[in-house]
Amino acid sequence: METALVPVPDLNPALAEIILAVGALGLLMLGAYTKASTTRLASIGAVLLFAVAAIVVIGQPDSRVLTFGGSFVTDGFGKFMKVLVLIGSAGAIVMSYNFIRRENMDRFEFPVLIVLATLGMLMMVSANDLISLYVGLELQSLSLYIIAAFNRDSARSTEAGLKYFVLGALASGMMLYGASLVYGFTGTTNFDLIAGIIRTEGMSLGLIFGLVFILAALAFKVSAVPFHMWTPDVYEGAPTPVTAFFASAPKIAAMALFIRVMMGAFPDASAEWRQIVVFISIASMLLGAFAAIGQTNIKRLMAYSSIGHMGYALVGLAAGTEEGVRGIIIYLTIYLVMNLGVFCCILAMRRKEEGMVEDIADLAGLSRHQPVLAFLFSMLMFSLAGVPPLAGFFAKYFVFLSAIEAGLYTLAVIGVLSSVVGAFYYLRVVKVIYFDEPAQPFEAPLASELRVVLGASSIVTLFFFVYPAPLIALAQAAAGALLP
Amino acid sequence: MYSAIVFLPLIGCLIAGLFGRQIGVKASQVITSGLLVISAILSWVAFVSVALQGNAETVQVLSWIDSGALEADWRLRIDTLTAVMLVVVTSVSSLVHIYSVGYMSHDPHQPRFFAYLSLFTFAMLMLVTADNLIQLFFGWEGVGLASYLLIGFWYKRPSANAAAIKAFVVNRVGDFGLLLGISTVFLMVGSVEFDAIFAAIPDMAGDTFRFLGYDVPVVTTIALLLFMGAMGKSAQFLLHTWLPDAMEGPTPVSALIHAATMVTAGVFLVCRMSPVFEYSPDALAFVTVVGATTAFFAATVGLVQNDIKRVIAYSTCSQLGYMFAAAGIGAYEAAMFHLFTHAFFKALLFLGSGSVIHAMSDEQDMRKMGGLYKLIPLTYFMMIIGTLALTGFPFTAGYFSKDAIIEAAYASHSSAHMYAFTLLVVAALFTSFYSWRLIFMTFHGKSRASNEVLSHVHESPAVMWVPLAILAAGAIFAGMMFSNFFVGDAYLNFWAGTISHASGNEVMEHFHHVPGWVVWSPFAAMVLGFAVSWYFYIRRPDLPKELAQTHEPLYKFLLNKWYFDELYDFIFVRPAFFLGRTLWKQGDGRIIDGMGPDGIAARVSDITRGVVRVQSGYLYHYAFAMLLGVAALITYFMFGGAL
Repeated sequence: METALVPVPDLNPALAEIILAVGALGLLMLGAYTKASTTRLASIGAVLLFAVAAIVVIGQPDSRVLTFGGSFVTDGFGKFMKVLVLIGSAGAIVMSYNFIRRENMDRFEFPVLIVLATLGMLMMVSANDLISLYVGLELQSLSLYIIAAFNRDSARSTEAGLKYFVLGALASGMMLYGASLVYGFTGTTNFDLIAGIIRTEGMSLGLIFGLVFILAALAFKVSAVPFHMWTPDVYEGAPTPVTAFFASAPKIAAMALFIRVMMGAFPDASAEWRQIVVFISIASMLLGAFAAIGQTNIKRLMAYSSIGHMGYALVGLAAGTEEGVRGIIIYLTIYLVMNLGVFCCILAMRRKEEGMVEDIADLAGLSRHQPVLAFLFSMLMFSLAGVPPLAGFFAKYFVFLSAIEAGLYTLAVIGVLSSVVGAFYYLRVVKVIYFDEPAQPFEAPLASELRVVLGASSIVTLFFFVYPAPLIALAQAAAGALLP
Repeated sequence: MYSAIVFLPLIGCLIAGLFGRQIGVKASQVITSGLLVISAILSWVAFVSVALQGNAETVQVLSWIDSGALEADWRLRIDTLTAVMLVVVTSVSSLVHIYSVGYMSHDPHQPRFFAYLSLFTFAMLMLVTADNLIQLFFGWEGVGLASYLLIGFWYKRPSANAAAIKAFVVNRVGDFGLLLGISTVFLMVGSVEFDAIFAAIPDMAGDTFRFLGYDVPVVTTIALLLFMGAMGKSAQFLLHTWLPDAMEGPTPVSALIHAATMVTAGVFLVCRMSPVFEYSPDALAFVTVVGATTAFFAATVGLVQNDIKRVIAYSTCSQLGYMFAAAGIGAYEAAMFHLFTHAFFKALLFLGSGSVIHAMSDEQDMRKMGGLYKLIPLTYFMMIIGTLALTGFPFTAGYFSKDAIIEAAYASHSSAHMYAFTLLVVAALFTSFYSWRLIFMTFHGKSRASNEVLSHVHESPAVMWVPLAILAAGAIFAGMMFSNFFVGDAYLNFWAGTISHASGNEVMEHFHHVPGWVVWSPFAAMVLGFAVSWYFYIRRPDLPKELAQTHEPLYKFLLNKWYFDELYDFIFVRPAFFLGRTLWKQGDGRIIDGMGPDGIAARVSDITRGVVRVQSGYLYHYAFAMLLGVAALITYFMFGGAL
């Protein structure tokens, strides 16, 4: 980079990101310059953008391609994760389609912000440099802060956005501090070069400090204990489709980034970061299981559930092997599918007089009023609890398998035990649905877009065990691409 | 044909049990009873063919267990011993089925009742046709189950449930012994097939094996363990307590299971295993002592009981003692003969008393009866026949079989034979007394029943008295007709080697040549018993009360059945309850639940409460937690980390 002439970088690997960026600005223009409400149009446009981006991503080569001076990478792992992120984002927009109109959030910025956040996530997944990592992270976070507070008239939503923003800023600060430490001790921000220096010179205390701070920030993004505190409040306060979004796409992107940083920049410091990952994994699994028991609000419950699930996914990272990464990929895929389904059910919790309701107790008698919905909700709860033969069981199975193969018996045992505790609160929801005195029925029938998402999610969850081979093969290939 | 005998009752049971509601009461009765009558007719055909013409055979049903060295095929072993049991079981069972049609006519659960009866019959047939000990054990447990179900048939009565459980638990004690015996046989012989066992046992006589540091004689151990099972099932002394309580079941059940068939399974077992018992004089002596003691003990208790069914129940217990005493002195043929005749007259007495109870609107207390012979003459007549046979009136069935036992006891060379002889003769005296006491209290004298009950007294319908008449014919003629085959000159051909005698055991020859006073002693005892009974209950009805007052301790002792129930309650039941309650309240409740499920659940909710409290909603708490986390991680790496 000494030369004055900077060559034009290869843009092909970043084509999907470029499409999203241009598309987001285009949608923004459309909204800004059209008088009538364009929210629906923008939503449809956003989903189409995601579809196009997904096609572009799928069409990219599986081999590792670097661009932008080595700060941007695409490979099989990134491709898989990007597709998951795009599915999650598209799902969130579809689920919000009617909701934002009904709840007076009918503003075209909503889909645009989701597109921008998704763009940030794709950047995160492809980051191969501390700078590009930070850019992607911030783009995502800033969009999410706004989306969390999107329901401006609701005090809870605003509070959620503000909390998320302040704590997110703290996490960003940590990330930057860690990044500057790493840069200071290695003299580079590029992951490959950092890895090379650690390989030759080993870890110094300063580098460890940097690693810890970066880890803390990443743990904040995946809402792992003890950096999880924002999660329940934000999940509860944010509008439900936003919560659904928070629980799916950003989690996948952050986890991908987590893997990317640990495996890409610090592969030879695995002894160090593994201890941290084991600790936050155990803490997340236990807290997710124990704290959820005390909840009465279904969204808060899902917040703790997602904390616990991130803990399980981190088990695979702690293993640090190819099986581990494969386990995480399978876990995240199934988690995404289940989560979208569950949030469809939560979005169905609406009564004419009261509007949206969120108490678990409100689910009482669902089995009488809407037996199909009750069955699917219960089935998804069983799957989240990890009851065979539903998909959730296989998700847990593969990560625990990798932990055992890596010799992390304590971790696996604690994981299994905490999933036993966790089963309690999932099953309590089922108990309320089937055995409690019926409460007021919800509005029926379900909106058609929710039905589509819920149906797809349920089919995958219910019948995954019949034909699991494709996902396992894809995950295997993606994991293999990351660990040559 | 043999398969049909065994499986027809099972088919009846399945039809009545599974489809009883659909096909209705009438059809259930007809199907189960009809199938059993067919089974009974075939049994008699089999009896003639096998026992009289000597065509013993074994029918393979299917190969059942083949696990390592343990092989047990499901085979029907049809020899004379089995044929005798087949005839007894199917005949009595079919008569009881028919009788029950009338007796149970007011019950709302008849299909269930008939299904149980048929199930019992099937299990009993499995038991008697067994070709190996495992198959025998299967039938053994099957009759236990059916007995439990039928005693507790009126499941709404707490007393019936208690009696059913008592029968089951007491039998379990015996069954445990039987199971140990079977295991020991398998351990020593390496097979559970009868033929293999019988072939191996003579070589083992005198062998010992080490157990807990002791040298234990093999054959005696096996014999005693098997006999323990027999004691439980046949309600012998110490394990007899369940039988009187079992009278809580419907009367036909008492007649079938607790008089004629199931309780005699123990006798059958001992006779079947005679090749084993014969090689252990010690075990045989024990059998004799237990049998004679039971005969005496049960007879004394029977003297003072007031419940009509209980008197007969103790009488059954006592007669079973006779059979065991006979087996113990080596006269297995006499034991089987008594079993055969006893089935007829005891079933007759039970069904007769059932007829009385039916007529008296379910009254069982003899103190509230009396003078009934004019009202139900037919039943009275039947009961008289049964009583004559039971007490051994000349030329009735009991006369032949019981006298044979008493004479054999005298003639035997067993070490316990005089003990047995004495007690059996005394027991015969008591038997006569309590049997006639029953007749006198029930049918003679002035009626002590209320007028309302008396106005309802009626003779039983034909469906009830015809079976009685058939049994009565059996009670009169069974002895006369078969005595020659069972214990007489033709006995060797008749039994055709199914019962074995060790060399030197010639009791079957000797008992024909006992002194005259021995032959006359049971008759004398019977007449004396009758006379005393007549004096007490007809001539001087006030005397028993007076006697009871002057000898109150003795009276109370007998009335309370030698205080066995109280003793067991004190020794076993209460400590068991105490232990159970302690383990439940302290062990399970406080320790396991406290530390386990409840404790963990409580800790979980404690933790949850704590964690939820941390989630305060204050931003600075959250930020503080994050910083704390980072600080902790860094501190860890600075001072204790992997560096």
